[in-house]
Amino acid sequence: MADLTSVFAGRIHSPNPFWLASGPPTNCGDQVMRAFDAGWGGAVWKTIGEPIVNVSSRYSSVDWNGQRMMGLNNIELISDRPIETNLREIAEVKKRYPRHAVIASLMVESKRETWHDIVRRSEDAGSDGLELNFGCPHGMSERGMGSAVGQVPDYACMITEWVKEVARTPVLVKLTPNITDIRAVARAAKRGGADGLSAINTINSITGIDLDTFTPRPNVGGLSAHGGYCGPAVKPIALHLVQQIASDPEVGLPIAGIGGVSGWREAAEFVLLGCTAVQVCTAAMHYGFRIVEDMADGLSQWMDQKGFRSIADFRGLSLPRVTEWKHLDLNYQIVARINPDKCIGCDLCYIACEDGAHQCIHLDGRQPNGAHITTTHIAALDGPPPPPPVRVPRIDEAECVGCNLCSLVCPVEGCITMEQINAGRPHESWAERTATAG
Amino acid sequence: MSAPPVARNLDQFPDLHPPFDPQSAVIEANRCLFCFDAPCTAACPTHIDVPRFIKKIASANLRGSALTILDANILGLSCSRVCPVDVLCQGACVMHKHNQMPIEIGRLQRYAMETFYDRGAAFPEVWVNENSAGQSAACIGGGPASLACAAELRHHGFRVTIFDDRALPGGLNTYGVAEYKLRPSDSLREVEFVRSLGVEFRQAEVGTDVTLDQLESEYDIIFIGVGLGAMEKLGIPGEDRPGVIDALHFIERYKTSENFTVSGRVVVIGGGNTAIDAANAAHRLGASEVHVVYRRGEKQMPAFSFEYAHAKADGVRFHWLAQPVEILDRSVRFVETRLSEPDAHGRRDAQPVDGSYFELPCDLVIPALGQSRFFADLCESRGIRLSRRSIVADRPTGRTANPRYYAGGDCVNGGREVVDAVADGKRAAQAIASVFAAKQEASHG
Repeated sequence: MADLTSVFAGRIHSPNPFWLASGPPTNCGDQVMRAFDAGWGGAVWKTIGEPIVNVSSRYSSVDWNGQRMMGLNNIELISDRPIETNLREIAEVKKRYPRHAVIASLMVESKRETWHDIVRRSEDAGSDGLELNFGCPHGMSERGMGSAVGQVPDYACMITEWVKEVARTPVLVKLTPNITDIRAVARAAKRGGADGLSAINTINSITGIDLDTFTPRPNVGGLSAHGGYCGPAVKPIALHLVQQIASDPEVGLPIAGIGGVSGWREAAEFVLLGCTAVQVCTAAMHYGFRIVEDMADGLSQWMDQKGFRSIADFRGLSLPRVTEWKHLDLNYQIVARINPDKCIGCDLCYIACEDGAHQCIHLDGRQPNGAHITTTHIAALDGPPPPPPVRVPRIDEAECVGCNLCSLVCPVEGCITMEQINAGRPHESWAERTATAG
Repeated sequence: MSAPPVARNLDQFPDLHPPFDPQSAVIEANRCLFCFDAPCTAACPTHIDVPRFIKKIASANLRGSALTILDANILGLSCSRVCPVDVLCQGACVMHKHNQMPIEIGRLQRYAMETFYDRGAAFPEVWVNENSAGQSAACIGGGPASLACAAELRHHGFRVTIFDDRALPGGLNTYGVAEYKLRPSDSLREVEFVRSLGVEFRQAEVGTDVTLDQLESEYDIIFIGVGLGAMEKLGIPGEDRPGVIDALHFIERYKTSENFTVSGRVVVIGGGNTAIDAANAAHRLGASEVHVVYRRGEKQMPAFSFEYAHAKADGVRFHWLAQPVEILDRSVRFVETRLSEPDAHGRRDAQPVDGSYFELPCDLVIPALGQSRFFADLCESRGIRLSRRSIVADRPTGRTANPRYYAGGDCVNGGREVVDAVADGKRAAQAIASVFAAKQEASHG
């Protein structure tokens, strides 16, 4: 049985690597304790700071093809509860759940003394670590906090230094994706002495506009403001940014991966790209804390199947497999093949290749619709029905560039496979080719 | 001439398939794969662009969805209700091969069309092209073939009059379809829609109230969409007893009479879809038992399998291999049959077995044999060829042997579906329009 226990930055212990991210699910002690009962390994408390006032109407979502909340946007600010209340509840949770990780997310105005004060009080309450919220992209950033700090490497470095002057527990810096090169802030955090990174925070977003009122959502009395985007839709962006900082030799910090984790498979992906733990928010907001059961169970089953005994056994295994384009083999060749027994004849591959790719799929001999007259087949009048027309397209392998598009649009699993063909040419990357030519 | 249908207590005929609510429609629409050159479209006799109208439901463009349907099939509402979709669009859905339920195309089409009608059925004005040279057409019969032909001819700028001898147009859509599929009020909504395109309706029986000579003098082209005639007689003693009413009359009578009920045991004779409709209606109208007796076997029954399944689920009992020999007072005398060896066309006839008589007691007998073809004499007077008493018309154009006459629907195809009649009417109108366009071009040449 796989061991899911997690140790982050040497000192934050949790029974598994699944933490709730700082957000609405970790707003109060009652929620966090119920989350731990459900199986969560850790929780990053909803960001603590001078209490704010929130607006009503705070979230909006992107639905896709009948599925709800493919992406979620929020304009909620940090905790609206007094600092003392949050810290008292942290102390209570830690007393009852000593083996679980409780991390205090912090955001205060950019004054050294203010930061010293909140760090000391959080640690006195018993938090196992601190997460500096340099990522929140809406509202707080207008007041010089959140992503206003995270977008300026020098500020991020300076505040991290202030925190580290007094911190006794590991300090994580939470990074904003709303920046040209996330590595700049990751390196600044490292320079400031951070012990770990959390990535990513939400992405600046406007999810959509009400086509009757012309007001974007969420609608606050006829106006809206940009928010932060998260949920399943952002996972590819998060994975890329995590890979960027995980592969950067100047960073070299443990990472808590965030962004679209809703099951064990996404968690495994973040760990394979170097994360030590993952943080989850939207999925818990959608389905409740119970989702962690399959995250732990599924990850454990997969690890058993793969022979991994601990999270460390597979952490970062995919990092060497991400490279620059110039190192890819130009002579690697795959082609699409259709399994005619599985093909259902939707011909989406045909039109995708024809209009959207390289015109290598053909419908030889098919009659276009409307060219013939159809009547309702009535067996008693017409005899047994004719066999349905064959609609399996043909791939011209000589023309196929192996782009994958047809296999991506095919609705039937395993119907179109991309198969390697031996072009008989040795490995050659663009870098090698240009080096030789030079 | 028939009375208008009454607004019956529709509780007895609840919807066979309930309509979609908006969210369910979008979810179902999103299941559609949006096949390229889709087989559902090919399977539709009117070639509705099914994936296109379904994706418009998914994108909340309901008006565009309805117009997509109407562009191919002006009776998109009734077809969405009465089409045997299992053997047409839904039968062709690729989802069958995907081990999934086919997309519910009929219900989605109904959703788009009902929304269109509920919102006032406003058609784009540009659809009717008033600029052509004042050609005119008469459509004989007010059923689906003529409605489709007339609407399409309006599109091409023709002045069109529909002649129908019944109180209300719509043909079998108004008078012959079970309410759990289509209500007369829905058929009449479509009639009004066609009227709104500028089609004129006149209640008159062609041949008596108005002669073909008159039509020919007044109209350039005459389209025959008269459907089928009365039901065939059984040709056995006792057929004229008061407890006997053929299926079409039975259906029309319950639809047009207030307080029409059925009681006791009912015997329906025949194995087609009309027999099933009559049996289902008798059951709903109060019959204690309904028996369908067919002279051949279950496999040879011409009714669609889903209609058969529907009737069985309602408790209708089926008896195979027996044909009536005499109708008595409160019973029918049958003789058992056996099937002959298949002939050259694979058809197996029912042959009476000597001495194997039995009686089935009953209170009402509903013969549901095929319908005869009529209008034959008038056709022959105009040189229109008939074959087995159906009008011979060129399938792609509806042209008859007389170039001024076109024909379509049941009177040509022998009795198929509403959608087949619509397709016939539309194709005929397009052929008529192209002939006139060619003539015009030649004269302006």
